[in-house]
This record gives sequence, structure tokens and C-alpha cells, in this order.
Amino acid sequence: MIEIGLGNYLTLAAIIFTIGIVGIFINRKNIIIILMSIELMLLAVNINLVSFSIYLQNLTGQVFSMFVLTVAAAEAAVGLAIIVVYYKNKGSIDVEQISNLKG
Amino acid sequence: MLAHSLFFYFFSTITVFSSMMVIVSKNAVYSVFFLILVFVTTSILFIMIGAEFLGMVMLIVYVGAVAVLFLFVVMMLNVSQKIKKESSRKGFINNISVGLFVGIIIFLELLVVIGGWKYKDTFVSLSSLNLNEELTNTHALGNVLYTEYIHLFQISGMILLIAMIGAITLTFKKREDIKRQNYFDQISREKSSAVSLVDVESNKGVKIDD
Repeated sequence: MIEIGLGNYLTLAAIIFTIGIVGIFINRKNIIIILMSIELMLLAVNINLVSFSIYLQNLTGQVFSMFVLTVAAAEAAVGLAIIVVYYKNKGSIDVEQISNLKG
Repeated sequence: MLAHSLFFYFFSTITVFSSMMVIVSKNAVYSVFFLILVFVTTSILFIMIGAEFLGMVMLIVYVGAVAVLFLFVVMMLNVSQKIKKESSRKGFINNISVGLFVGIIIFLELLVVIGGWKYKDTFVSLSSLNLNEELTNTHALGNVLYTEYIHLFQISGMILLIAMIGAITLTFKKREDIKRQNYFDQISREKSSAVSLVDVESNKGVKIDD
């Protein structure tokens, strides 16, 4: 309990990842919060990579965590741009009404 | 060691609480603020565990760029007031139950994976880490990143460039009511189509713009 090991960090990452998944499920109103949930899940992955990297004394995990960060930034930029364009065209970003593709 | 565990539990409690608040907040602006809090506490955890460079980069990239981008979009779209007006609560309970079901299953699976892992004795304790005092974390990361992973590094730069171009072209609005330059027309303009030479007789003048 006192000694903080690898398992504590992995459990924290698991909790955050689960919160991200639940956030995607329960948010049926706002698509921006779904994007934020995806950011939370990527953050959990980053925590996993960094804690493994520290406890294994191997820097590869931190390098990959940096690439995950890059992809997360790019994804947030493009996703928010798509949302802005959709809002300009339709006037709403309600998730339940986005069904133009009839998927 | 006691201070480390106390700090870990303190910051991880804040992280878990604020990431819960991200997904349950009614107002999207509050969600963004709690997302910023999650990023800040996670970067503190990273710095505490010994990954200083990544913690600082996380602070700069996530809090400085991504979260502010979210904040701009939330404030620009002004969706929080629209959501309050329409009260379509139907299906919300159903969503919550399904989401909690799936979430609990995934969390249990992750716990099984974490708990069933056999750790090697050499890396489980943080006190046994021999942090190299001469080589800082930033220096060591640079040694690896610019040699072994140089191609991945450049490809990630290309990804950022493409994301930037994509975001600009998506949100670019072509305005019709302003004059703009047409380079092709300007360059391909010939002397014969632009200039006409006339002989002007004296005392008669010449007719312009007919």
C-alpha cells in the first residue's frame, strides 16, 4: 500500500481508460465531449507507456508516448475542424441528429 | 517513499475525480476545465515518476494547445445553451446502464490483466531505480529520438503538417464579394490584348473606351 509500484500506475491508467469509454457511451448530446473522452483514453495509454518505460529503464516507451501525443494533437485539430464545418452547415452538433450517411 | 506514495494517491485521486467530472458535466465549458485539470495532474505524476521532459511536453501540448482549442470551439459553437433548452432525456438512462455495463466489464478485464501479470523482481520497486545523474531525462530522450527513431520523428512532423493543412482547408471559407488576384490570368496577359497603338492626327483627338 505504501510502496508505489507499477501496478498502481497501471490501475490508474485502467480507471481513466474506463472513464473514457463510459463517457463515449453516456454522452448522446455533445460530440465535443466524445472527443474529450477519446483524449482521456489516449492519456491513459500515455500513462501506461510512461510507467512501463520508467520501471523497465527503457526509453522506448517515452518516445512512443511522444508519438501518441503528436497523433492526439493532430486528431483533435482535424476533428474540431470537422465539427466547426458541420455546425456551420447544419446549425447543430447533436449526436442523435447526425445520421446523414444512414449507417 | 512515504511522501511519494502520499503524492501519488493525492494526484491520482484528483485525476480520477476530474476525469469523471469531464464526462458528467452538463456544461461543456466545465468539461474542458476539468480536462485541463486532468492533464495538469497527469503531467505532475509524470514529473514525479521521473519522466520530466514528457510531463513538460504534455503541459505545453495538451494544456497549451489542445485544451485551449477545445475551449475555443466550445465557446464559438455555443452549444451549452442549446442543450439546456431541449430536454430530451429519453434514452439517457438506457445509455448510462449500457455504458456502465460495458465499462465495468472492460475495467475488470484490465484488472485481470494487471493483477495476473508476473512482475520481475528487479523493476517493481521505485527505490531500486538507478537514475543516471549525469544524463538528464531530456538528454537521454534526445539521444534515442534523434538516432534510432529519426524516421518516425520526421513522419510525425509530416502528420502534424497534414493535420494543419486539413484543418485549414476544412474551415477555409471562399468569399465571393471581394476582389482577389488571379495569378494565371495576370501572367498569361499578352501585349496584343492589353495595348493598342493608334495614330493620332493633330486637332482631331482620339476616342477612348469605345
